[in-house]
Amino acid sequence: MVALTVNGISQEFDGDPNMPILWYLRDELALVGTKFGCGVALCGACTVHVDGRAVRACVTPVSAAENKQITTIEGLDPDGNHPVQRAWRAHNVPQCGYCQSGQIMQAASLLAANPDPTDEELISGMQGNICRCGTYQRIFAAVRTAASEV
Amino acid sequence: MAQITQISRRRFLQSTGLSAAFVLGAQVRPNSIFSVAHAQTATAVQPNLFVSIDVDGTVTITCSRSEMGQGVRTGIPMILADELEADWSRVQIWQAPGDETKYDPAGRDGQNTDGSRSTRHHFEVMRELGASARNLLERAAAEEWDVDAGEVYTKHHRVYHTNSGRSLDFGELVDAASSISLPSDEDAPRLKDPSEWKYIGKDLPVVDNYDMSTGRAAYGADVSLPGMKIAVVARSPVYRGRVRSFDASQALEVQGVDQVIEIPALDDEMPAEFRALGGVAVIGTNTWSVLEGRSRLQIEWDDGPFTAHDSSTYDGALRDSARGGGSVIRARGNVEEALADADQIVEAEYFVPYFIHTPMEPPVALVDATVRPVQVWAPTQAPNETRQYVAEALGLEKTDVECQITLLGGGFGRKSKPDFVCEAAILSEAVGAPVRMQWTREDEIRHGYYHAASAQHIRAGLDASGNVSAWHHCAAWPSIMALWNPAQKTASALEAGLGLIDLPYDNVPNLQIETGEADVMIRVGWYRSVNNVQHAFAINCFANELAVAAGRDPLEFMLELIGDADEMDLTQDGVEEVWNYGDAIEEWPIMPKRLSNVLRIVAQKSGYGKPMPNGHGLGLACHRSFHSYVATAVHVVVRDDGSLHIPQVDVAIDCGRYVNPEGVRKQMEGAVIFGHTIARHGKITTQRGAVEQNNFHDYPVTRISDAPLDVRVELVDDYVHLRSCGVGEPGVPPYAPALLNAIFAATGKRHRTLPVTDDVISS
Repeated sequence: MVALTVNGISQEFDGDPNMPILWYLRDELALVGTKFGCGVALCGACTVHVDGRAVRACVTPVSAAENKQITTIEGLDPDGNHPVQRAWRAHNVPQCGYCQSGQIMQAASLLAANPDPTDEELISGMQGNICRCGTYQRIFAAVRTAASEV
Repeated sequence: MAQITQISRRRFLQSTGLSAAFVLGAQVRPNSIFSVAHAQTATAVQPNLFVSIDVDGTVTITCSRSEMGQGVRTGIPMILADELEADWSRVQIWQAPGDETKYDPAGRDGQNTDGSRSTRHHFEVMRELGASARNLLERAAAEEWDVDAGEVYTKHHRVYHTNSGRSLDFGELVDAASSISLPSDEDAPRLKDPSEWKYIGKDLPVVDNYDMSTGRAAYGADVSLPGMKIAVVARSPVYRGRVRSFDASQALEVQGVDQVIEIPALDDEMPAEFRALGGVAVIGTNTWSVLEGRSRLQIEWDDGPFTAHDSSTYDGALRDSARGGGSVIRARGNVEEALADADQIVEAEYFVPYFIHTPMEPPVALVDATVRPVQVWAPTQAPNETRQYVAEALGLEKTDVECQITLLGGGFGRKSKPDFVCEAAILSEAVGAPVRMQWTREDEIRHGYYHAASAQHIRAGLDASGNVSAWHHCAAWPSIMALWNPAQKTASALEAGLGLIDLPYDNVPNLQIETGEADVMIRVGWYRSVNNVQHAFAINCFANELAVAAGRDPLEFMLELIGDADEMDLTQDGVEEVWNYGDAIEEWPIMPKRLSNVLRIVAQKSGYGKPMPNGHGLGLACHRSFHSYVATAVHVVVRDDGSLHIPQVDVAIDCGRYVNPEGVRKQMEGAVIFGHTIARHGKITTQRGAVEQNNFHDYPVTRISDAPLDVRVELVDDYVHLRSCGVGEPGVPPYAPALLNAIFAATGKRHRTLPVTDDVISS
């Protein structure tokens, strides 16, 4: 039995503690905003926060979140108005949108740790997240905008 | 590929007649204005499947195309909303299911979203549908006020009476409109003048912007059904291999695994098309369990007939074929004589490897084959092919299968091929429950439909003044058509039409284009921009080589080759039938002057010609594809270790009449990144028939750390009065050659084989 908190709600999981957080969220809790992209922490589509820090949910077992707080895209802001989310919309970032939950969670974590990143820090902070539609230019601009607000 | 049949507008409107529309309105939108209108005007022609208005005034517009990031759920409804004079903030979008008898209003695409066709094939008909609905509301208001219909007009979701100033909101007109019949075809309502457009040509954010920033947007794997099982499949490492034997005992020990089932291999006599090829499926209650189970399967494979497919020999065979020449598909003058007379002969060979699509969402589908009609939910570009192949897999009729289209987490051509949906259907029937078929990234990379590897050999002659007197070009690649005809070794007219036969150098007096044979030993399929990728690469890079050999400025040289003719007529070069992206050449002619125009514009915007520091280079390329004209300028900085920095990219696109300029800019920005992956990373290889790459570590794609982050898009308005052209794909082809020409300008080194990695550049 693993006790943890997901988006502020206490949960107990009695399945395989090795199950990656990604599949626990999607298959057990029906929190499907977190996406499957590669399964091996190479693309960042599954990025969530564990105690505020960005992790790749596809390779992080539920056991690693025992007694910790998981935040997903659904829980980042009750109205979807986190500064990063607002900046995302202001810059019309998404194309297909599939990677965007992970991008936003990564950016929110990056800015929480470093509210005023240099260009190099911004790029290195976001380089683990792939966007195949190629929205990087707008991602860069949106993180910049959000940085001025957090 | 299916023949495209032209259905007249009248036939379309008739096909959307009473019964189907009434059912739709009754089930989906009970207050729908047109469902009521239908009940009372059975003989009227009705555009109701594309717009309905509720009593609260909400306008629901049908999107019948698949959204994969190209913005189609915004762009096409914008056209209808504009003619309707709707308030965009009161518009919602309804995604149509797969049914080309209802949802292919132009009657041209069978509801298939590919080929960058959606806007150009919907522009006129969506206007007509919007205008028809507006006319209905205006006549309802006229009746309500007992005035002449000529005295009313519509503006921003209200209908006004000119003389009295009275007005009614759309919602207030629902009841009155329900008893009005639609205008007949002969009495078609007036369309707006372009000067009156309120949305067409203006920037709008996509309708899914909020959902996509909050995790609410629903993709293929986000749909669930009660009692649903989840499945993954182990597939033969070699194309068309078969299971010889397998042991599932360890897989079945995994908690959450219910069953292990073999999907029989497709019969050897059956072409692959979009069918399931077979494998061993692990089925269970959650994704993690079935993945764990699959990793514990012990399978012995019969590798089948394609173990000779090995990049170490196959690539050379393609090069030999291109060097050896093939069937002449276009000829002008006499290249051999011209080459014999040439002052200088330049010869080069270009090679582009296989690519795979890697949409961020791997293939996934949910099928419930326990009910009739069978229910499919899939991120598919081709809902009707999905219905057709699922029906075939289950021994049913197409009409026994319904297909709902979710958002696509990227498509790029992969999701036109519903093999993965067929797998879900077969398994759902086998286990007697709804099944979600989940592909992993490794599945997607190793079992895909690959962009054709290709070799091109070009010889050209320069005369004493440095003019190109002859261009002799032979290309060889495995044909997509082998999906239907596995023995096919020759290129199809369709593939040659993707930037080869329409080689844009209209001013070359002696020209010969040939296609060589190639064996097809894997599934080859279309990928964003398709064969335009390699054709634009070779043509633009070779023109640059010729300019340098002639001691000429590349821009001036290319402009001279292309010329400024109004039209290029391929029939004069012996091309009997030009495949023109499925459209009539009269409607979308090949116009050299538009290509020259975008090239001049991008050169000017990018500051071409200005001196650059050492290690910097500016490269140009241009290409017509999907009827659009795109030119790209890349500014590159080549570092000593072979790594690149790209401070600026300029793109000029002339796509005729465009709908959402913000959408066009986004597509060009994305096409640059997509092109950058092609230029720098993309490479699929095979060994003994098996694809060697697995995931993003050995099949890398462009990341933010190597992406050009200053892409400037110039939307060219000079031909905006002409028909709409493609946008989703045409930005891709010119990028790689522009980058390679820039690298040459910076380093003096030519690269003729993609991808050009750091190692290649530094060596």
